[in-house]
Amino acid sequence: MEFLASIGRVVLGFLAHVGRLTAFTATAVSHTVRPPFFYRLTLKAMIEIGYYSLPVVGLTAIFSGMVLALQSYTGFARFSAEGAVATVVVLSMTRELGPVLAGLMVAGRIGASMAAEIGTMRVTEQIDALVTLSTNPFKYLVAPRLIAGTLMLPFLVGVADIIGVFGGYIVGVYKLGFNPSSYISRTWEYLEPLDVISGLTKAAVFGFLISLMGCYNGYYSKGGAQGVGKATTNSVVSAAILILIFNYIITALYFGK
Amino acid sequence: MSHMSTPVEPKIKLADVHKAFGPKVVLDGIDLAVQPGESVVIIGGSGTGKSVTLKCILGLLRPEQGSVTVDGQDVVAMGGRAREAMLRKFGMLFQGGALFDSMTVWENVAFGLIQGRGMKRAEAREIAIDKLAQVGLAASAGDLMPVELSGGMQKRVALARAIASSPEIIFFDEPTTGLDPIMADVINDLIVQCVKNVGATALSITHDMASARKIADRIAMLYKGRLIWIGSPKDIDHSGNEFVDQFIHGRAEGPIKMELRA
Repeated sequence: MEFLASIGRVVLGFLAHVGRLTAFTATAVSHTVRPPFFYRLTLKAMIEIGYYSLPVVGLTAIFSGMVLALQSYTGFARFSAEGAVATVVVLSMTRELGPVLAGLMVAGRIGASMAAEIGTMRVTEQIDALVTLSTNPFKYLVAPRLIAGTLMLPFLVGVADIIGVFGGYIVGVYKLGFNPSSYISRTWEYLEPLDVISGLTKAAVFGFLISLMGCYNGYYSKGGAQGVGKATTNSVVSAAILILIFNYIITALYFGK
Repeated sequence: MSHMSTPVEPKIKLADVHKAFGPKVVLDGIDLAVQPGESVVIIGGSGTGKSVTLKCILGLLRPEQGSVTVDGQDVVAMGGRAREAMLRKFGMLFQGGALFDSMTVWENVAFGLIQGRGMKRAEAREIAIDKLAQVGLAASAGDLMPVELSGGMQKRVALARAIASSPEIIFFDEPTTGLDPIMADVINDLIVQCVKNVGATALSITHDMASARKIADRIAMLYKGRLIWIGSPKDIDHSGNEFVDQFIHGRAEGPIKMELRA
């Protein structure tokens, strides 16, 4: 019986968690569309997410593009399909690696800092202080971050796509000896708008999820420094897992026929 | 801070308030009425539910049973906008100060004016500087960040923020905890003075008896989720209540047993 009780506890705990997250998400989203809006805070969050993540996302993208060119060249040489390198690089970057890698990197950078900041505000009663100063914490803390995440991730992924393709071009032309103009024309040849659009859709969803996990875990953190540390870890891990799950779901919706 | 004896509607009224966290009962039927302009101090040991009482009144926590009214309005059932309007009557000094560390001192003090009431920044800044002066801080302190201040100064800034919007009701959560005795007395004086200046109703929680005697019109003692004694500070030394006696004299021996095991 003890065994059954413990299963029940885990299930109930999980359901309570899901319920709380759903309620949190609904409240947060409703505050993104209802005035008053905090433009300055939204702009600040957008700069933090979009601008300051450029170096880490750019580095990730350029090396991913480079290694992709190298790997596909040596792999495809086994069946004499080396010519497909440019196409493989651009399709992989725009459809998969751009959004997923940028999402994971930003989850580590932004999700963690959001959870730590909001979590510290929670444990030092700054969130309660907001409420007593007639300011809704959802509006003031959560909504600007959700908006910024959802808008800025597509921007970052657009940049990552271009840099990734450029990385592939460098390896393709300078190491593997492709003709520059034919590499570029090969890049464009099989690329369709939907490849890029699907990637940017993913990016918007991932950006929303990263901000949501950062805010949610921070908002409900408790128990001092240790609690904030746990919230930070949880926000990164849960955002990473959700990114991988939603990556599959969105891919299936776009291309799963 | 005169105690009003005429029968007016209490500013804050708690009736049979119960609050539990899981199996742990924190408030077990609290009845308390605070009259307009009165200063009530709730004393009690750590973990007896003092903070929970304040949070129930502010709507940060929801009691399972009983009613909480502010100016005759039930705050438990109150929804979003009505609650925001109700909270505009309040100022609160948090235990750790709870200053926003991403903002300067004056922005902290002016926060309720700018965000809560939509005041212009320049105008709010002037009021903030004025409030800082009231708690004995120079205008130049307004441009510092909270982390650059000592604990006592942070408490003063937090006090300035609590009174910035001239609230009708001010809550003080352990205002002197963590301060040296002299700074504690300075803060006590400021509290008495500020409450008098704005003519506010005050509800404080503390375990510092010197502070309670100084700022209270009435003292209420909370023990095991109930108010076991309410009276004026001059009567507390001969309350005839052995729990109160043990607490105000700070004796380990007595009817109150510290639960050393959680």
